[in-house]
Amino acid sequence: MRVNFTVNGRRQEADDVWEGESLLYILRERLGLPGSKNACEQGECGSCTVRLDGVPVCACLVAAGQVEGREVLTVEGLAEYAGQRDRDRGQGRVREGELSHVQQAFMDAGAVQCGFCTPGLLVAADEMLERNPSPTDADIREALSGNLCRCTGYEAILDAVRLAAARQEEAI
Amino acid sequence: MASSTPRTSTTPRTSTPRTPTGTPTSLTQRSRTKGGIGESTLRPDGTLKVTGEFAYSSDMWHEDMLWGHTLRSTVAHAQIRSIDISEALAVPGVYAVLTYDDLPTAVKHYGLEIQDTPVLAHGKVRHHGEPVAIVAADHPETARRAAAKIRIDYAELPVVTDELSATAPGAPLVHEGRDDHHIGHVPHPNIVHRQPIVRGDAGAAAARADVIVTGDYVFGMQDQAFLGPESGLAVPAEDGGVDLYVATQWLHSDLRQMAPVLGLPDHKVRMTLSGVGGAFGGREDLSMQIHACLLALRTGKPVKMVYNRFESFFGHVHRHPATLHYEHGATRDGKLTHMRCRIVLDGGAYASASPAVVGNAASLSVGPYVVEDVDIEAIALYTNNPPCGAMRGFGAVQACFAYEAQMDKLAAELGLDPVEFRQLNAMEQGTLLPTGQRVDSPAPVAELLRRVKARPLPPERQWLTAGEAADVRALPGGLSNTTHGEGVVRGVGYAVGIKNVGFSEGFDDYSTARVRLEVIAGEPVAVVHTAMAEVGQGGVTVHAQIARSELGVTQVTIQPADTQVGSAGSTSASRQTYVTGGAVKNACEHVRERVLELGRRKFGTYHPAWGTAELLLESGKVVTDGGEVLAGLADVLEDEVVDLELEWRHRPTEAFDLRTGQGNGHVQYSFAAHRAVVEVDTELGLVKVIELAVAQDVGKALNPLSVVGQIQGGSLQGLGVAVMEEIIVDPVTAKVRNPSFTDYLIPTLLDTPAIPVDILELADEHAPYGLRGVGEAPTLSSTPAILAAIRNATGLELNRTPVRPEHLTGM
Ligand code: FES
Ligand code: FES
Repeated sequence: MRVNFTVNGRRQEADDVWEGESLLYILRERLGLPGSKNACEQGECGSCTVRLDGVPVCACLVAAGQVEGREVLTVEGLAEYAGQRDRDRGQGRVREGELSHVQQAFMDAGAVQCGFCTPGLLVAADEMLERNPSPTDADIREALSGNLCRCTGYEAILDAVRLAAARQEEAI
Repeated sequence: MASSTPRTSTTPRTSTPRTPTGTPTSLTQRSRTKGGIGESTLRPDGTLKVTGEFAYSSDMWHEDMLWGHTLRSTVAHAQIRSIDISEALAVPGVYAVLTYDDLPTAVKHYGLEIQDTPVLAHGKVRHHGEPVAIVAADHPETARRAAAKIRIDYAELPVVTDELSATAPGAPLVHEGRDDHHIGHVPHPNIVHRQPIVRGDAGAAAARADVIVTGDYVFGMQDQAFLGPESGLAVPAEDGGVDLYVATQWLHSDLRQMAPVLGLPDHKVRMTLSGVGGAFGGREDLSMQIHACLLALRTGKPVKMVYNRFESFFGHVHRHPATLHYEHGATRDGKLTHMRCRIVLDGGAYASASPAVVGNAASLSVGPYVVEDVDIEAIALYTNNPPCGAMRGFGAVQACFAYEAQMDKLAAELGLDPVEFRQLNAMEQGTLLPTGQRVDSPAPVAELLRRVKARPLPPERQWLTAGEAADVRALPGGLSNTTHGEGVVRGVGYAVGIKNVGFSEGFDDYSTARVRLEVIAGEPVAVVHTAMAEVGQGGVTVHAQIARSELGVTQVTIQPADTQVGSAGSTSASRQTYVTGGAVKNACEHVRERVLELGRRKFGTYHPAWGTAELLLESGKVVTDGGEVLAGLADVLEDEVVDLELEWRHRPTEAFDLRTGQGNGHVQYSFAAHRAVVEVDTELGLVKVIELAVAQDVGKALNPLSVVGQIQGGSLQGLGVAVMEEIIVDPVTAKVRNPSFTDYLIPTLLDTPAIPVDILELADEHAPYGLRGVGEAPTLSSTPAILAAIRNATGLELNRTPVRPEHLTGM
């Protein structure tokens, strides 16, 4: 079958898609967007987290047919998306090509080791901060509890999200 | 091999496809500050990783590539009567189906030390999930469906699953006709390796003891559970060779095992490290490497293989489950008199790293304590359970779990504080290990314990909000809790451990680094090339820092790791910063010598300091140790390119004596101590770790941010095995019951306590910069500290990992 949808603001079309393929497979193997990761393909680890019409989902659990006509945001589009959001809100960050607060904070706080969990965590964390700009630690833990990380011990990830929230606030 | 028109062809991509050469080609890092060692500089691969552009092994893509798939045994032990691949071959889109009979050479087995692992099962399968056949097809689903059509006729055999069944009279031999070098000194052919250590007279010392405690401990099978699945891309080359892009821990070890099986000379198997999504020991053995190359060479097309999570649980070795029997004695005033122990590690069906794990478990079995009279035995079994090998902590983890429980038992018997009791017996610099080796660098065991103990405890009953209502999110079990804290009790526990750094027992543990210095666009630039596997540990960051410090340049490019440069050894045993870091330092020092020589020739006549002073390279200049600038580095170098490749070794070690266990087997030790604070809901049997404080001596923190990250990550893996992680193998069928993230649980952010880290930097004078390997030590003591805290909270004995609700509720 053929699937038409929007990824990171661009219209995409995938042909000859087998019905059993997941959104994750289409992104990674057909569209050349491997940023969303394939750690379990069972909906257990969150490495493949993308936003589908704004809602965070595990791309590995979304069947190809379900994305017809919808909008997907992946880690590859995160910087641009967050930049646009900041501009819309009249916040400081306007330069093209700049990383989002969450991306920069993950690097600065040492929240990236092997980095395999990172894309999913970034998409999930950015979405949480969009909804809840000043989260408590309990909020962060709850929001990111579906994203496994095997390397960091999560402390640096908590730090990164706190840092991103603080910087986002400062920028207003 | 069948070839037919592909059924579903892969649509050309709408965006530029990634060819393997588009993988992290170079990691250029330009630091804002000087960026040398001791600073928390950021990862050079960080930007690629946060933008999703970093190419992991499962992201490889090649035009016209096929997908490989592995068919695995559904039974643990069986004779293979026949394999019928005809139906699979007939599936449209299938290009090749290979079994043992298709292997191109007489070399059909591989292994890290003992070559006992079949590339594809031959005659027999010895564990659940063993690879039997491989398929290449044009779509991963086609390959899977074709593999499901392969008919295998198994005649099941009885399984051996533990020491009793493996060594019983008439027990089936897992490997008949063994001829490896351990067979001569093991008591039974189902024992891979045995290492006794005898020192002093444990029997006589026991007679002097006022108290003697014994204990039997069980350590469950833990999985590395790295997130990036086993995967890679093999591309056949025109010269008949193959290029492999793969995630691994040691490129040259893979190459050494692969080339003979493929029947190719080493230089025709070119390996490049692709992005690695964690390793923790689980990538030390081969997984899909040979399979993908075989399929690529057979079909003449690039072949990509990616394990799914289910397959990943079968595709790599696990941490050895262990049973440990310990006896310790002490005098009334709290001095240890003796230790006797027996450690039985289940190595599963193939040897993997078992012999080395045995050596580690035995030599570190006494822990960081002074005990002069010991009688130790460690063995690893061959069974029909899943193969076990390297995992973070490597044999020292299981021993630490047992000896730390023993320390608490002894302290309780003697009425002493558990920390003070440990401090009373703590080893220090100069202590003799049971192997007779003297610890010749700082061993601040008592101090590490003091530090975690001195830290203020987190407030009690943090789950109570101001209005005395419970915030159930903070209780054991979180939101799914069904109580409001009525049955919650708190406990505090301590543990400390000792881990060797680097490869031991006489292994030639070297690394190679190539460093080039040249002027590009008026600026001196250093290029560092090693074959070190960056698996997330941050070696690439540290190499750039070393080059900056040694060569005084700001711009350093780290070349991708491949087999075009000499071996770097394994990214394991906490050795890479020490050994490959040491190699980079060494190469830089030689490059610096060449530069200074050039300078002397060019400018020596203008300034006497060229000939007399101690010269350094700093901020792009040649300076005297007094700080006088002699010349710009760019002016010294001009068009010259200084380019050196050198090997570097740490001090040699020696094998342990096979009867007495004596020998200078290790090169360095690292130490960490934990204090765990837990809350246990005794009604529900649920545990919440509130805080896991850790103190560790790192010798010298080359990158403090990375060091903290390693310590926290290692500590959390210890938490995992303490309270949730275990691969469950059916004791009757030897089949794995929980190969998924649904059933094999690893800690989430909700399970994670605060992990405050206290770093000590007591230099080891024998190591580069005085550094001490960091990655493993925190995994050792985390588990027993948590167990001690749960015991402290509940008063229960608890002698196994992981602790499950039924152990706490007595069900
Ligand atoms: S890959 Fe989708 S949740 Fe793990
Ligand atoms: S950084 Fe490796 S899994 Fe999170």
